[in-house]
Amino acid sequence: MDEQKPGDAKPPAPKKAEGEGAPKLDAPVPSRCLDRLHAALADAVEEASFYCGVPIVRVPKERIVEVCRFLKEDPGCRMLLLADLCGVDMIRLRPTPRFDVVYHLTSPDTHERITLKAAVAEGAEVPTVTGVWRGANWHEREAFDMFGIRFAGHPDPRRILMPEEFDAFPLRKDFPLEGREKDHGNWRRPEDDHRNTYRD
Amino acid sequence: MGLIEGRFQQGILTTTVDTVFDWARKNSLWPVTFGLACCAIEMMATGASRFDIARFGAEVFRATPRQADLMIVAGSVTEKMGPILRRIYDQMPEPKWVISMGICSTAGGPFPTYSHVQGVDRVVPVDVYIPGCPPRPEALLYGLMVLQDKIDRMTIAKPRTA
Repeated sequence: MDEQKPGDAKPPAPKKAEGEGAPKLDAPVPSRCLDRLHAALADAVEEASFYCGVPIVRVPKERIVEVCRFLKEDPGCRMLLLADLCGVDMIRLRPTPRFDVVYHLTSPDTHERITLKAAVAEGAEVPTVTGVWRGANWHEREAFDMFGIRFAGHPDPRRILMPEEFDAFPLRKDFPLEGREKDHGNWRRPEDDHRNTYRD
Repeated sequence: MGLIEGRFQQGILTTTVDTVFDWARKNSLWPVTFGLACCAIEMMATGASRFDIARFGAEVFRATPRQADLMIVAGSVTEKMGPILRRIYDQMPEPKWVISMGICSTAGGPFPTYSHVQGVDRVVPVDVYIPGCPPRPEALLYGLMVLQDKIDRMTIAKPRTA
């Protein structure tokens, strides 16, 4: 390697949590793609923060496709890999809007990472990013399956994990962890108990 | 048996139908391959040379339920897998038995969640429950021996009430 790229910045090495030497997990790090995003689409960046050396950018959901496409196609960013796309139920953390959709992007070229967050209210739709990364298809189906977040323009907006007749969204915070009684099937039949005969 | 004992030539042996049937059944259990999670790894180890389930006549793991008479439910059963497990059980010919291997299939284990069957006895009738997470091969073999003892008590007589 000729020089250290911005994306190679590593989170602060763990030190003893005493005095001034304690590591700050939310310390800013140099990020070339964050700079380029600021330069090109400054009005789409609502808020920028850092965690463990990864910049986190809040984006209005209407502009998520534009931002994603820029980060993928800009020669200085090249975020070719959508490492993850997930939903978060923020009901206990803020009054409204209810959900966050989180996009974890990685550049295989520079190893730089960036996280995008888009807030979405219950019942509202987020534009799909399947046009940017085809792999987002199943991720968005999972976010819909678990949280009920709808993705506008998704080519196949079905459940992916739960049975198709399931009528709730199990990772919402107001869904009981152990499920409802009707979620647990019973396939036993009366004749099961008289199948074989045993001597005492 | 006293009346007919010793009245035939050498080489004739008298017994009961139950004894012969139970002897044949318990020493030739053919399990259907039904590994669902990490318990299946222990089940494979049980089938391999070190533990050698063939010593108990149960080494013929069949890939089709129609040739099997024992289902070892090895691992966690999800709600989505429940009807599939039931269908495989229904395809097995009678008589048939079920071993619930490990705490996941026995009672849900560490997954008291919306997506997990809280005990496979909600799906099929279970003959032997094996505790453990996962059970050692010795535990599976002991469960098999317990099932053999149970089969030894089987009778072809019809139940009094059905």
